[in-house]
Amino acid sequence: MDEVFELGSKIREDFPILKRLVRGKPFVYLDSAATTQKPIQVIEAIKNYYEMFNANVHRGIYSIAEEATVAYEKAREKVAHFINARSPREIVFTRNATEAINLVMYSWGLSNVRRRDVLLTTEMEHHSNLLPWQTLSKLKGATLKFIGFNEDGFLKLEEFDKYKNKSVKLFAFTFASNVLGTINQVRELVKYAKKMGAVTIVDAAQAVPHMPVDVQQLDCDFMVFSGHKMLGPMGIGVLYGKERLLEEMKPFMVGGEMVKAVSFESSEWNDIPWKFEAGTPNVEGAIGLAAAIDYLQRLGMDTVRKHEVKLTEHALDALTRVDGITYYGPSSPEQRCGLISFNLKGIHPHDLAMFLDNEGIAIRAGHHCAMLLHNRLGITASARVSFYIYNIPSEIDLLVNNLEKIKKMLEI
Amino acid sequence: MGIHLPEDFPKHIIEHYRRPRNYGEIEGANVIVKDSNRLCGDYVEIYLKFEGKRISDISFKGQGCMMSQASASMLTELIKGKEVDEVLKITKNDITKMLGLELDPVRMKCAMLPLVAIRKGIETYLSKR
Repeated sequence: MDEVFELGSKIREDFPILKRLVRGKPFVYLDSAATTQKPIQVIEAIKNYYEMFNANVHRGIYSIAEEATVAYEKAREKVAHFINARSPREIVFTRNATEAINLVMYSWGLSNVRRRDVLLTTEMEHHSNLLPWQTLSKLKGATLKFIGFNEDGFLKLEEFDKYKNKSVKLFAFTFASNVLGTINQVRELVKYAKKMGAVTIVDAAQAVPHMPVDVQQLDCDFMVFSGHKMLGPMGIGVLYGKERLLEEMKPFMVGGEMVKAVSFESSEWNDIPWKFEAGTPNVEGAIGLAAAIDYLQRLGMDTVRKHEVKLTEHALDALTRVDGITYYGPSSPEQRCGLISFNLKGIHPHDLAMFLDNEGIAIRAGHHCAMLLHNRLGITASARVSFYIYNIPSEIDLLVNNLEKIKKMLEI
Repeated sequence: MGIHLPEDFPKHIIEHYRRPRNYGEIEGANVIVKDSNRLCGDYVEIYLKFEGKRISDISFKGQGCMMSQASASMLTELIKGKEVDEVLKITKNDITKMLGLELDPVRMKCAMLPLVAIRKGIETYLSKR
């Protein structure tokens, strides 16, 4: 078997959950776009924090508080380095990507968006990069507009022309679609947005875990992603923002940690990024995320990406051989991230997921928090398989075998 | 290695899904009621014909998952000819028994969709009387 395919087999040992049985069968996890499984190295890092230096950060004068603070800030440096930010000051820890987008909406959006401004997004967004802008447009009397996508799952770039002479304040778009799998040309899209004078926010929840990402090269103003989709624990997310913008922005939440001095009348905010991190942060999460980044960097993000392209190619090949399958998005694995949404004629995705679960295979079924996108595809739901570093081709073969068996059983 | 239904997965669910009973429209229905589960796109349309307080005929049309459609098919068989009061007493528990399957809350919502629609239809009929 091809060399990159060996990655999955080599590292599965690191993932304790992959050794368990589900319904008496070996566990096949094909829902990493929802959340990834965690390697022992990440689990151990979190355990070590609680066993060795659990303390609140930025406060204590004693040793373990200092150790915790150093570990927390080291994690920030690691994230900055991972996406090639200019400085750790540009990295704000949040709960998840959704909270990071909401932070931008409340902090940057409420101060900068005016009546009749245009907020631009796309029809392939996850609700997390749609509802904040819908809400902002209502609060401010701005107009929310959408760039559509074509039959192959690519954005219709010609639609940008419509907004040439409009006051477009913001362009919010996904790096990689969680349903279509499309990887957007972020650099190009940022250029379009800049020409219009719009601030850009990129939802990179399905990109940063899966491929090399360089925010300086992409030149976006904001980027968000979640730790739990890249081997890290739940409850830690990242907002990247250009220093200049973050400096200008008001705090999103107020309270402890984010102030320098408080008087009865007013307060002086802390410096960035701490200005945006009110209250005790998720230290465990940051430490877990740092361990996850270490793990991914040991493999190399180029290898991670290659492995996923190979798996996607194998899966597209196998799935299209099943009669009655419709899949969505680009046909070239090179233009896709490691996920495939599909429908099998004659069976609802929920039923499909139920029958596959019975075989120990976990897939996602539903609208994947993208109702607008499913609406555009003219469907209400789809089944989705998604891959990560620990998946192996034989898991896809098992999936396809079972699809055939389900068809036979239901006589469809 | 084969996909077998779990030993306890009721064959009649698949049977009703593939060959739904009382499917289609009925002429002279007193009430037609539609309901859908927006989350997964399940949809049913129930046709009810009454004689006094008795449901003399019932049919359905719909689209969606196996649970919603099989439940609709089975319910039409169960309900046909029954008194309204009796039908209103049917509970979630009865649906579970009818399907012969314990469902998680999400799938239970699918299975309950036809009963919820039928209840609405009966209420509409009773309020008109």
